[in-house]
Amino acid sequence: MHLSPDQLIFWQHGFFKLNGTIVFTWGLMLVLGVGSKLVTRQLSTELTRSRWQNLLEIVVTGIEKQIAEVGLKNAEKYIGFLGTLFLFVALAALGTVIPGYEPPTGSLSTTAALALCVFLAVPLFGIEEQGLGGYLKSYIEPTVIMLPFNLISELSRTLALAVRLFGNMMSGAMIIAILLTITPFIFPIVMTALGLLTGMVQAYIFSILAAVYIAAATRTRKPKPALAVKT
Amino acid sequence: MDNMTIIAVVSIITAGLTIALGSIGPALGEGRAVSTALSSLAQQPDASATITRTLFVGLAMIESIAIYCFVVSMILIFANPFWNHAITVVTKAAGK
Repeated sequence: MHLSPDQLIFWQHGFFKLNGTIVFTWGLMLVLGVGSKLVTRQLSTELTRSRWQNLLEIVVTGIEKQIAEVGLKNAEKYIGFLGTLFLFVALAALGTVIPGYEPPTGSLSTTAALALCVFLAVPLFGIEEQGLGGYLKSYIEPTVIMLPFNLISELSRTLALAVRLFGNMMSGAMIIAILLTITPFIFPIVMTALGLLTGMVQAYIFSILAAVYIAAATRTRKPKPALAVKT
Repeated sequence: MDNMTIIAVVSIITAGLTIALGSIGPALGEGRAVSTALSSLAQQPDASATITRTLFVGLAMIESIAIYCFVVSMILIFANPFWNHAITVVTKAAGK
């Protein structure tokens, strides 16, 4: 019973290891990329459309509505990043129904990489929206004394994103592995269903938190009434 | 008791205590969060989408604390660096 798919080695040559995390991530990339390409080959705007196009439209409009509800003004700019985060983490959790598959988000490497993407995306979107000076000024927002606390909060919420997703996925996999050695008949299936539910909730949480962080970095600061009168 | 035994005993006891004590706070917090969400849903049912979404986000943040404690106890049991170090020292001494 291993802690994460990192310890499942498929192929090794000297320093390069092809472990379970990498292989399952490639599998997910293949399914998402090739699947989307196949579905969107002939998009139709008529009343009759293929069921896969309907499914993708439901998913995309649902994500766009959620992003708009969080408070991000033009959702089309951010749906590429946030939608990909949600789809990757959700599909990584859903794949547990396939025997022999372990979610790559059960390894701290994958979740740390995803959290680092969010950590880099928030300043990028913030600077794109408010300019470099405006974004940097947000760090001294209430008073200058808050500067170290704002910096620490940036780092700690990135760490929290990574560890939250890793802990949820790893604990689900570990519970199932332990139960398989104790009562292998029906109960592991119940725990797998619970693992699917928590996986979907964690996917939603990850992308909603990323959207909230981006919204906090890109919201326009309202000028104070006294200053508005002066100009 | 030699070093290995001390490390093993302390790791096992700490792992159990970590997850036991670490689940109390989040469980109480989640209970309060859900009860407040239910009462506000009863007062304003048409805001149920916002309330439900905020409830889930809040529950995930509270759950993270329990997850941190779980990760620490898993590390103590399965990926304990002090235990691994003691094992390598003992195997080196036995190999000599």
